[in-house]
Amino acid sequence: MHELAVTEDMLNLVLAEAGKHGAQTVNCVKLVIGEMTGIVSDCVRFYFEQISKDTIAEGATLSFDFVPAAGRCRDCRERFQIADFVWACPNCHSLNIDIVAGRELYLESLEVT
Amino acid sequence: MEIKVLKNILSANDQRAQENQDLFRRHRIVALNVTASPGAGKTSLIMATIKALRDEFRIGVIEGDVSSTIDAKTVDKVGIPVVQINTNGACHLDATMIANAFQNLPIDELDLLIVENVGNLICPASFALGEHRNILVASVPEGHDKPHKYPLMFSKSDAVVLNKIDLIPYVDFDRDQFIEAVNGLRDDARIFEVSCKTRVGLTEWSEWIAAEIQKERAA
Repeated sequence: MHELAVTEDMLNLVLAEAGKHGAQTVNCVKLVIGEMTGIVSDCVRFYFEQISKDTIAEGATLSFDFVPAAGRCRDCRERFQIADFVWACPNCHSLNIDIVAGRELYLESLEVT
Repeated sequence: MEIKVLKNILSANDQRAQENQDLFRRHRIVALNVTASPGAGKTSLIMATIKALRDEFRIGVIEGDVSSTIDAKTVDKVGIPVVQINTNGACHLDATMIANAFQNLPIDELDLLIVENVGNLICPASFALGEHRNILVASVPEGHDKPHKYPLMFSKSDAVVLNKIDLIPYVDFDRDQFIEAVNGLRDDARIFEVSCKTRVGLTEWSEWIAAEIQKERAA
């Protein structure tokens, strides 16, 4: 839902990092997105195309590495993937679960020339 | 050439949020980020909190809405300093909006800043504002399954205020399941069961806020 704000911040970060290394062109942007952030990659691509015009990142390919949501049971310590919003430990059925993966939202790397 | 970055995409917002929090700390202001789905009773809870604590503490409010000034007018009517942010379509407040809005409040004359976020349990979970405490207002008619539908927001919330408990006899709301789900996502979350209409449970809630302000003063 908030992909425009995320894409704006992402582009700013891309341009700042590319600028630090004296890049002329950004060819590829690698992003890591956790499932629980709800970020939709097609929306990010769409906004990126629009707002990166006339910057050194115009035309860059976005690649997404998606991280599935995972929890760890506080009772039996089982680590498991959370599918379909089922928040129960598959091992002991406890609801006491810490979210251990799926919140990721970061810029991993850039390919520049 | 490959550049390894490994930086949070929202790090600029996180940085600004930290600056907000530092500013609040210097002025010994406790800031609350109040989130909820639309209609859960954020404004009602804020009004009840003002009523309970205004004699003891100096309160300021930032109202966030996609549009309109309805909520800010409600707060202004009782003589509490308030700033309205209209996000013009954006689904959440961010730290820069708070920094700008806060300049319009009397910074040296506040103990408690209450920020009413945009009614939405998804997007505000990703944007820190500089708050000391995240408060989530849930309400009985929404159903007891909401913690597991919006786990990120619930897992971030230091306190969950379950509003409209006077409606429990009329709707299929399983209180025990709700509480089990909230504590399952976050075992140290405080849960307050209130009705802003009948005023039940509000004393315990406002005492907790008062204790949070005292803690900040003693820090």
